[in-house]
Amino acid sequence: MEHILKEIGVETYLYLSALLFSIGVFGILLRRNAIIMFMSIEIMLNAVNLLLVAFSTFHQDASGQVFVFFSMAVAAAEVAVGLAILVSIFRNLGSIDIDNLKNLKG
Amino acid sequence: MSTIIAIAVLGVVCLLAEIFNLRKAIIPITVAGLLAILGMTVTEFNTTESYYNNMIVVNRFTVAFSSLFILLTLFLVTLSHHFYKNRPSKVSDFIAIKIFLLLGAVAMVSFGNLAMFFLGLEILSISLYILAGSKPLSLKSNEAGMKYFLMGSFASGVILFGIALIYGAVASFDMNMIYEASNSAATGDWFYIGVCMITVGMLFKIAAVPFHFWAPDVYEGAPALTTATMSTLAKVVAMATFFKLNMAMNGNMNFAYETVIVIISIFSMTVGNIMALRQNNIKRMLAFSGISHAGFMLMALLNLSNTTGSLFYYVTAYTLAGIAAFAVILYVCNDKDDESITFFNGLGKNNPVMAAVLSASLLSMAGIPIFSGFFAKFFILNQTLQAGYLILVIAGIINSIISVYYYFKVISAMYTKEPNEAKKPVPFEYYVVAVLAIGLNIAIGLFPSCLMDLL
Repeated sequence: MEHILKEIGVETYLYLSALLFSIGVFGILLRRNAIIMFMSIEIMLNAVNLLLVAFSTFHQDASGQVFVFFSMAVAAAEVAVGLAILVSIFRNLGSIDIDNLKNLKG
Repeated sequence: MSTIIAIAVLGVVCLLAEIFNLRKAIIPITVAGLLAILGMTVTEFNTTESYYNNMIVVNRFTVAFSSLFILLTLFLVTLSHHFYKNRPSKVSDFIAIKIFLLLGAVAMVSFGNLAMFFLGLEILSISLYILAGSKPLSLKSNEAGMKYFLMGSFASGVILFGIALIYGAVASFDMNMIYEASNSAATGDWFYIGVCMITVGMLFKIAAVPFHFWAPDVYEGAPALTTATMSTLAKVVAMATFFKLNMAMNGNMNFAYETVIVIISIFSMTVGNIMALRQNNIKRMLAFSGISHAGFMLMALLNLSNTTGSLFYYVTAYTLAGIAAFAVILYVCNDKDDESITFFNGLGKNNPVMAAVLSASLLSMAGIPIFSGFFAKFFILNQTLQAGYLILVIAGIINSIISVYYYFKVISAMYTKEPNEAKKPVPFEYYVVAVLAIGLNIAIGLFPSCLMDLL
């Protein structure tokens, strides 16, 4: 595993995960469909997981990979709660477009 | 460390009590349990130890803040009894979620490893997403839950990326290693990018100005008790954690970072106060007031080695005033759809005690002497002045003066206007919590040294 990282270079992984992270950020900022926004959050978190695993191999240290398990479990719990909120919005509004949520202003 | 385990057990006991048909006993059990845990935590005060390979650290800082969080949760659980009266089948869930929220809060201040920090942060945030959306039939609550969820998980993602970059630079999640790395010149650039991303994420969580836009909407839409939780507990947890992170990450905090903190602090105070002037909804007004208080609390970061005591004093004063204010708000707006300031008209005639408590807590937030809010502002401004940030102190004082206006708007509505509805009885729990919280607030205002000397 180590020689692969040497050949490719850890920076490449950094660029890739920064790119994925930015895709997630733009997805949240630009898209208006709640499901796609959730997917963008997942892309952000998975970009970080990729980075953690790459650094873990780079440093020859297992704690980064253990952290990935924590972050995967947390991401799953987070999206479960998000979907529950989304379901109750869909029941009230009949739509999952974020632009319909404009009651709170001031 | 036993605090965290005991809190987790208490949360599970809450869930089990529902199964064994002990629904009526849930709140008394929880209150008794929290009191026991509070006592247990306080006895750990002078110990300094770390557990599980430095995952959890117990020292004066963590014990003091954990005790404050347990006390706040105690108040919030007591208020829940009347607040969830109409939804008896959900009480165990709501109480258990509040207890788990406290678990996250304690984990967040007593971490010794970034993994523990991240888990605590997420436990706290996920519990709050649930509580913010906990009125499924109300569109406002749904909207608040959704907005908080999107903003909160966005901020968590940014924090996580920062943690990954710090790990890349330091090769460890341990706070001691990070502290050493932050003081050595050989640390790579990744580390500083990581620190900036964690800072941005934490500023989201404490709702400081460029990242504050979610706070008013979420505070207004969420059920009132959840707003109380967010504006008192969640805000000071994030602030204490941010302070602790800064102590470890910014060993040689450079001038640029301090300048950013100064600017964010000034903008938080100013924008928070000016936006609060035109609010008619008291929850929204307190949200903006919370943003301006976040600006004051950020001042503590500029003089890291000396301000632990004054930060602790500030958050105690602010949260006790907040709990007292929300106890009265819950009483007044219990059966209403929103929280307009007009509902407070004539409260001084209808119910002099509750009106006095609300006035006292708002005066404490504004920083009028006798109440601890004044001394809190005084100590923190004094420390900032010693650190040499005169402009920040001037901005802070001007903002305290502006804030008096909107706090007095509520007070004058209570005392000068005619009541527009008949007198209604005060639930016993609201009464106890309001009087106790404001009593503690005044007590620490009279004897500030008893908290200042702790840390």
